[in-house]
Amino acid sequence: MLPDCAKWYKDRPFDQRGRHRPLVGLNRDCFDTVTAPQTLAQKLLSRAAGGASVMPGDIVTVEVDLIMAHDSSGPRRWKPQLEQLGARIKDPSRIVIVSDHYVPAVDAESAAILKLTRDFAHENGIARFHDMQGICHAILPEKGYLRPGIFVAGGDSHTPHAGAFGCYAAGFGATDMLGIVVTGQTWTIVPQTIRVEIDGTLGDGVAAKDIMLVLCRELGMDNAFKAIEFGGSCVRAMSMAERMVLANMTAELGGETGLIEPDATTVAHIRAHGGDPGADPLGWTADPGAPYERVVRLDAGTLEPHVAAPHSPANSAPVSAHLGTKVDQAYIGACVGAKLEDLQMAARVLAGRKVATGTRLLVAPSSSATTAQAAADGTLAVLMEAGATLLPSGCGACAGMGAGLLADGETCISSTNRNFKGRMGHAGASVYLGSPYTVAAAAVAGRIEDPRPLLQPLRRAA
Amino acid sequence: MSGRAFVFGDNIDTDVLAPGYLMKLPADELARHCLAAVDPAFASTVQPGDFVVAGANFGLGSSREQAAVSLKTLGVAAVIATGFARIFYRNALNLGLPALFCDAAGSIEAGDRLEVDPVAGQIINHTRNQTLAARPIPAHLMDMVRAGGLVAQLKARGMAA
Ligand code: SF4
Repeated sequence: MLPDCAKWYKDRPFDQRGRHRPLVGLNRDCFDTVTAPQTLAQKLLSRAAGGASVMPGDIVTVEVDLIMAHDSSGPRRWKPQLEQLGARIKDPSRIVIVSDHYVPAVDAESAAILKLTRDFAHENGIARFHDMQGICHAILPEKGYLRPGIFVAGGDSHTPHAGAFGCYAAGFGATDMLGIVVTGQTWTIVPQTIRVEIDGTLGDGVAAKDIMLVLCRELGMDNAFKAIEFGGSCVRAMSMAERMVLANMTAELGGETGLIEPDATTVAHIRAHGGDPGADPLGWTADPGAPYERVVRLDAGTLEPHVAAPHSPANSAPVSAHLGTKVDQAYIGACVGAKLEDLQMAARVLAGRKVATGTRLLVAPSSSATTAQAAADGTLAVLMEAGATLLPSGCGACAGMGAGLLADGETCISSTNRNFKGRMGHAGASVYLGSPYTVAAAAVAGRIEDPRPLLQPLRRAA
Repeated sequence: MSGRAFVFGDNIDTDVLAPGYLMKLPADELARHCLAAVDPAFASTVQPGDFVVAGANFGLGSSREQAAVSLKTLGVAAVIATGFARIFYRNALNLGLPALFCDAAGSIEAGDRLEVDPVAGQIINHTRNQTLAARPIPAHLMDMVRAGGLVAQLKARGMAA
């Protein structure tokens, strides 16, 4: 047993060693640099930093394997800076650009941003450019771009989404991203890791979203510079779509990245989407006895559907606390809450029912491929028959840019990840967050409702 | 570097630093609204070389760089806080604005005269005759800060194609 390592880490959270940490000067009581157990974040950053062993608090320079940007944070910000610098993109083959925030154009300004993005991708030889095909975080796994072990830098705060595949994925600001496209590298502080161990089985009508709403409340939103590792039997049993919810909402916890160890489910998903899982995808695991800052345990079996009340994801409570709250709009959308599985969850509530009079249900699937699959398997027909309005695949109202914005005094329940004041329209609007089940139940009832009594079997087209 | 302290509390968010509804304004005009929601006089009284001192989770919220740009535009020499939101911290250093973690930031009061050494991680409070420890900014990041930020450093390194 290693003595008191947690304290050793705690006393040196911002140690100054660079990437080639000398083998002298370590606390030998605590560490053998070769055999000390490591968190998954340590292993991933060690690889990205060129193989040197790394410890929490080390500052490392890492090679970025995949650079992701969207129409709002990418080319329109890079172009003037590149010109000012007289520099160019180092390696266009590492870049993925997705136009999702301003799609489809609603005015001359958004049209100009989309055109600039298109032209930039073309002029710089960026082959992996996806224009109006879906939300960036949905596109990466859908196109098979993710491989366990890689370092992903994204110009968007929900980049940790890709951590569901065992990638070290983190969000960066505009100048950071500029540095990354010019040099191919960036720096990071090796984070402390919080391990979230989720065991048991989620009840029917309870989803990964409910887990994250509980965690936002319990862990708070101030986990800056931390990695969150999700494990346990419940996570192992989850589909990739549900795992992506855990990783995505690591952003709401304030974390640097959210990680899930790859397994057969991960590899199957990558292969099914034409990707390459790499030589040893299952090797990306945390070591037994890895030095976690803390371990948080959750029993999925006891979890109820949750909603987060305005204006914070951390302001969450079991749905029973808000029963009867009248809802003007129900919104199923965003990277986190409009995947095929999310639409299927909604369909299980909506089948054979109608959206309540006085309430509108808007559905913005996370990608055009999702829309096509939902059309093929009958899910879309269920939603349309219930009276849903289908919106374009993009960030839409989640980013406060597209269709579905709210007026002063209106109330919305949404499958998105953030309900900050003013994010979905007027600052006087109230946004509740919930799972697709809970959003669909509110659409049918016209008020916040427990979805569990409304569940029906999933119907698929023959 | 030495200057006066302007003191704020916990959870100063990016909307307080750079209000979203004013984001279309030019940088120097946007900066005049920096921190106005908590201290309307801040932007008009802060002098180049002064310090912003705060509590936990400074700069939380959006990834907008204008939050750090506004402080820099006003001439703030460094931000000293018990904690920073990750993207703000990176944005600040990338723009050449030192951000210092200091557990004892709460002992600093408005108007105190401070002398700050970001490399040594030392804050001398001349008004109170105290020396406070901050986490030093690591050397290679401080190189970037000294160069005036990431873009200036890239330029100096000849990253221009
Ligand atoms: S859907 Fe919402 S959370 Fe996801 S990338 Fe778009 S704006 Fe961000």
